[in-house]
Amino acid sequence: MSRLVALPLSKSLQMAYQSIRVRFFRSLVTTMSLVLAVAFLTFIQTGNDMASGLLHSGEPTMERNLSKAGYDINPETHVIESSAKQRWIVFLSLLTCVVGIINAQLMSVTERFREIGTLKCLGALDRFIVRIFVIEATLQGVTGGFAGALLGGGVGVLSTLIKFGLSSFAFIPWSTIGLTMFYAMCIGTVLSLVGVLYPAIVASRMQPVEAMRVEQ
Amino acid sequence: MSESKNIVRVSEVTKDFDLGKIVVKVLKGINLQIEAGKYISIMGPSGSGKSTLFNMIGGLDKPTSGKVFIDEVDIAQLDAYELAWLRCRKIGYIFQTFNLIPVMTALENITIPMTFAGISADDAAKRGMALLDQVGLGGRHSHRPSELSGGQQQRVAVARALANSPSIILADEPTGNLDLSTGEDIIKLLKNMSLERGVTVISATHDYKMLNVSDQVIWIRDGRIDKIQERDELDIRTGGLESAQ
Repeated sequence: MSRLVALPLSKSLQMAYQSIRVRFFRSLVTTMSLVLAVAFLTFIQTGNDMASGLLHSGEPTMERNLSKAGYDINPETHVIESSAKQRWIVFLSLLTCVVGIINAQLMSVTERFREIGTLKCLGALDRFIVRIFVIEATLQGVTGGFAGALLGGGVGVLSTLIKFGLSSFAFIPWSTIGLTMFYAMCIGTVLSLVGVLYPAIVASRMQPVEAMRVEQ
Repeated sequence: MSESKNIVRVSEVTKDFDLGKIVVKVLKGINLQIEAGKYISIMGPSGSGKSTLFNMIGGLDKPTSGKVFIDEVDIAQLDAYELAWLRCRKIGYIFQTFNLIPVMTALENITIPMTFAGISADDAAKRGMALLDQVGLGGRHSHRPSELSGGQQQRVAVARALANSPSIILADEPTGNLDLSTGEDIIKLLKNMSLERGVTVISATHDYKMLNVSDQVIWIRDGRIDKIQERDELDIRTGGLESAQ
């Protein structure tokens, strides 16, 4: 098989990294929307985690304080229930996340249709192009997701501390919050990939001329 | 000359563009043979279909009917891998808008096709530098396209087209975005490459400066071949405008 075209993984990694580095501000805008969406999701979840932790602190006034703060506590089981309102908020935050990330990734691929067409003219296979974009989206997803989880988690913990006093510090369920942050980061990465996969696949399957004809 | 073979053969090619309500017939049955090693210009007014024909020859778009043969291979029969291989090794493309990858340096732009061809990074860099020297941009290897002038970008594009020593160079309006003297430089460069390396140069253009260097001019009008003129038939006077009428 002498008629092979190749793109080593190291080279595609380098191309993806270079593209992010050179277009730093553009990548930053894409990544920022990811950061914000993930931060929002983490913030909501961390608030819940903190409330659960406080509820289990055993302090008698806590249940009343939490109710006053707007948390729904089941009077029999003494567990913070995910009420319809709660689920609605999480659902909305997820929706913001999905729309924000997919929109940002879609835009960033569409801007580069000409580049995709050119690469195809130079002998790139469809999957080389998809691979470069997937690597880029993963790098952005992991970095943005991590930053967002830290931001959301941090603000979530801080706001609870402010609301319920510094004494509640002892009851912070660190492991649960850690897990929440990890999940949020994964969701961010997956959504970043979903957002980039569709336009990248569409673009890579186009005839090179069609891709280059797309208005920039 | 009698031994020269046809490197490109176009047979009864038509191309329609479906615009929803109307279908525009851009190419209406083109038959064409191009001999290896020649410098060919496809001339015609805007909208005559020359760029579309160019895209068909380069395997960048599919004809509605008819066949395009490169080295007597029907390119419609090629699978994705073979087509990519053809674009990578056999054909070098030059565009009116240069189409360099903006995030890459001049050298990197030239070495991508070599990477696709499986050439090691060191060899690619060495060959890339030699090509840059050849097009007169020796010291500019680390510059990005945005740091180069239009003419310099087109030189990088010429070097990129030559990266894998293709047998055909396809140039779509290579001087369209350049001023007169820069355009002339690019034409000279292409002609020299054609002479030195025996590359077939096919360029779609409406730049009459091209006539002076062309071995053959194919005139396209309204989706059909109007006439094909050999070099000695061309009535080139000062400016080379006479055969235009």
